[in-house]
Amino acid sequence: MAETQRNAPEGARVVKMGAATLLRSWLLRHVQTFFYTLGQIWRRPFNAILTAAVIGIALALPAGLYVLLGNAQQVARGWDGATQVSLFLKRGVSEARAQALARELETSAGIGSVRYISREQALEEFKSLSGFGDVLQVLEDNPLPSVLVVFPRVEQTQGPEVMEQLLERLRARPEVDLAQLDMQWVKRIYAMMDIVRRGVWVLGSLLGLAVLLVVGNTIRLAIQSRRDEIVIIKLIGGTDAFIRRPFLYTGFWYGLFGGAIALLMIQVSLWLLAEPVAGLAGLYGSSFRLHGLDFVTALALFGGGCLLGLLGSWLAVGRHLREIEPT
Amino acid sequence: MIRFSNVSKRYPGGYEALSDVSLHLAPGEMAFLTGHSGAGKSTLLKLIALIERPTNGQVIINGQNFAKVGRRRIPHVRRDIGIIFQDHRLLFDRTVFDNVALPLIIAGHSHPEIGRRVRAALDKVGLLNKEKMYPITLSGGEQQRVGIARAVVNKPPLLLADEPTGNLDPELSREIMGLFEEFNRVGVSVLIASHDLELIRQLGHRVLRLDHGRLAGDSGGAR
Repeated sequence: MAETQRNAPEGARVVKMGAATLLRSWLLRHVQTFFYTLGQIWRRPFNAILTAAVIGIALALPAGLYVLLGNAQQVARGWDGATQVSLFLKRGVSEARAQALARELETSAGIGSVRYISREQALEEFKSLSGFGDVLQVLEDNPLPSVLVVFPRVEQTQGPEVMEQLLERLRARPEVDLAQLDMQWVKRIYAMMDIVRRGVWVLGSLLGLAVLLVVGNTIRLAIQSRRDEIVIIKLIGGTDAFIRRPFLYTGFWYGLFGGAIALLMIQVSLWLLAEPVAGLAGLYGSSFRLHGLDFVTALALFGGGCLLGLLGSWLAVGRHLREIEPT
Repeated sequence: MIRFSNVSKRYPGGYEALSDVSLHLAPGEMAFLTGHSGAGKSTLLKLIALIERPTNGQVIINGQNFAKVGRRRIPHVRRDIGIIFQDHRLLFDRTVFDNVALPLIIAGHSHPEIGRRVRAALDKVGLLNKEKMYPITLSGGEQQRVGIARAVVNKPPLLLADEPTGNLDPELSREIMGLFEEFNRVGVSVLIASHDLELIRQLGHRVLRLDHGRLAGDSGGAR
């Protein structure tokens, strides 16, 4: 095949080979490089493991934090459900009207259940809880309003904004004198988690950059140690793409193995944390369990590792390959 | 096959390695390039291998004007030129087979095709039984023959050799030159830089003599 085209310019060569043949030879080269680079790593695993371990640690830190953050959000959502809204009704509202309102609210969206506390019940509660029972006896009139305690039903995915909306809606009722919800602490926790989430991204970006540099530097050293080989390949007609390919694949492998190591580290850490966390949850009467990496995050970890590995080697190769020319 | 028209090469710093060289080597011709060290032999070969570009003049190889060959086209042009080096330039971490196969792998040939061609090339240089060995275990003459097998494996129309017998004893040198003559006999153009004048005289091919960057002698051939 090559004999007949030897003297043909490149354009003619492409036409003669045909798209299918060209594609097959292109695929063949990639498959060859795929296994060739894997074999190279296999023959000298120590260097590769060191590089992959550094990448693994750099990936595991932000990814692990991300997993912990996910768990923390799960816990915080549980607390959302525990919040309740107290509706202090206006004094003029009759008991029948109050009970009707309670029933009506129970059927409306976002509300789980409503408990009605009559003025008398409120007084009894206050007497027994406050210890001012004797003093209250002096009062001729019951000063306490009747109260509706609303237990919102907040979906897992909804944040504090939904609670605020519900509160506004309840406050707008004509029977309601005062609607009270102590949400400050929930808000604070969400705000803290926002900071942590942002922190995970910042840390992730920095460590992603570190991965890029680690891979880039490793590939740069590999290029330098194979300088003679590169010169020889250039002299016998190897294109830049041909020379670049094994280095790109090597970077890809580093990233992939780094991702695998990161995954392993996270799972082992979670496994080590699982028992004490379950113990702590037990003390709070909760059946909360640590959740591991979900499939999508694990995939993103692998994908991110591979992508960073490829990108790092691409940068190194692009920067250093042109410098090496036969003389 | 090779045509130089008023070619000069001046290196940065002002040193002129070649001045106003014009020569023509016809397809299928074999010639020696001689001259003292620093006469410009290596520079001339580097211009043909596109390692260097001329400062002035025109280099046309195999019908291609090198002035019009861009950086990206260089590898494809080099595939049509088999180059043999004095220091062999083999890859020492690969077997003889893999060294010889490299040009075919670069060109993207299929596996069976590569095996067939590599063995044919090794057979031609008499190293078929050493394909699984590493170059470091071979003698200098054998290493040079691996280099030659690699240069001819994809059947280029032009062979360039830079002092191919520089480190070999007269007996081996003669053998190596015999190999080049064999390739020449089947139509390959061959240009060999050498200062083994005794051997060159015995072989009786065309001789191009460079002196201080100028073509000082041409024993005949196409003009």
